[in-house]
Amino acid sequence: MSGLAALVWRDLRRAWAGGGAALPVAFFLLATILFPFAIGPDAALLARIGGGVIWAAALLAALLPVERLVAPDLEAGVLDQFAVRGASMAAVAAAKIAAHWLAFAPPLMLAAVIAAGLLDLPAETLGMVELGLLIGTPGLAALAVATSALVAGLRGASALAGLVMLPLAVPLLIFGAGSLAGGPAALKLLAAVSLVLVAGAPFIAGAAIRAGNS
Amino acid sequence: MSTRLAFDGVTGVRGGRTLFEALSFALGPGDAALVTGPNGAGKSSLVRIAATLLAPFAGRVSRAGDIALLAEAHALDPELPLARALGFWAALDERRGSVGPALAVLRLDHLADVPVRMLSTGQRRRAAMARVVASGAQLWLLDEPANGLDAVAVGTLEALIADHRKQGGIALVATHLPVHLPGAVPIALGDAA
Repeated sequence: MSGLAALVWRDLRRAWAGGGAALPVAFFLLATILFPFAIGPDAALLARIGGGVIWAAALLAALLPVERLVAPDLEAGVLDQFAVRGASMAAVAAAKIAAHWLAFAPPLMLAAVIAAGLLDLPAETLGMVELGLLIGTPGLAALAVATSALVAGLRGASALAGLVMLPLAVPLLIFGAGSLAGGPAALKLLAAVSLVLVAGAPFIAGAAIRAGNS
Repeated sequence: MSTRLAFDGVTGVRGGRTLFEALSFALGPGDAALVTGPNGAGKSSLVRIAATLLAPFAGRVSRAGDIALLAEAHALDPELPLARALGFWAALDERRGSVGPALAVLRLDHLADVPVRMLSTGQRRRAAMARVVASGAQLWLLDEPANGLDAVAVGTLEALIADHRKQGGIALVATHLPVHLPGAVPIALGDAA
């Protein structure tokens, strides 16, 4: 359905126009910068923990846009208009995941290069981090959209989103950061977790949207 | 298959409260239904059930034809100019050329380049109606279409619905304001006790 491509494009435009796409990246950089301040300028130590720091910061940054992924469209009646046109909510959620990933992952991966410089990461570690982010961020984007659909319209949605999303994102963190020491085996598990999230999240989000409607 | 919207013994329940019971009616090409009732009587729920957004608690709803829904929310991106915001939905309906005429008939053509968030309540209502007109759908489901409209705009709305029916369309209108629909099936929903 070409309508879903239109939805991806619209969400992407709104993410950039609203400044919402830049915010998580700024937060991500800020979070990584905190670690050298807290731990001190020990280059060897920073290089050792740097990869894990980037992964943890990426996870926290992924939480920021959760509130505006689904709830505004639910309130504005946009999802209703898609529904009366015969679009399934799972397909709409899949389009939203694609749009969120496109708005979120490339800037984050660019920012990871800057973060690696700040943490004095060796080039091969940076390479593994970027590869891991490329594999893991689709899962993170899927989880964000599913969480967003689950908490849409609830009071204290943002606090609840953190409680729902972060525990489920732990496998991504374990295998993402683990790939820095564990190598290809951890990357394969990271890909498996990411795939499960991408495959399942549209249906969870779709069901959550429908349940919220009735 | 000809355009059709029929309720067969439909019961609407919202939040554990029965809003209407065993409601039946059938609309064919050129027909209209006027749903009236006090606040909370279930007018919006009836429209949402007709629009497939809500499942009926009991009974069956059958429809043939595309749906155009005018709900409480206008579903237009607030930061976009009006014509582009409408164009998004027109493109989905594969009727890009229909935005201009729809704006003209609702006397919004001079606002085509104004962002949606700058429009007044009545203008937004008319903009949402322009989406219904532009969609070219046969089944118009209108929830409080006269809200925020001045007398002239209500006249335009009535003329649009009459025109739509003349072309074989169906209109289901839920309203607490007087909207004149000649020959419409009256559906009066009871008091929400």
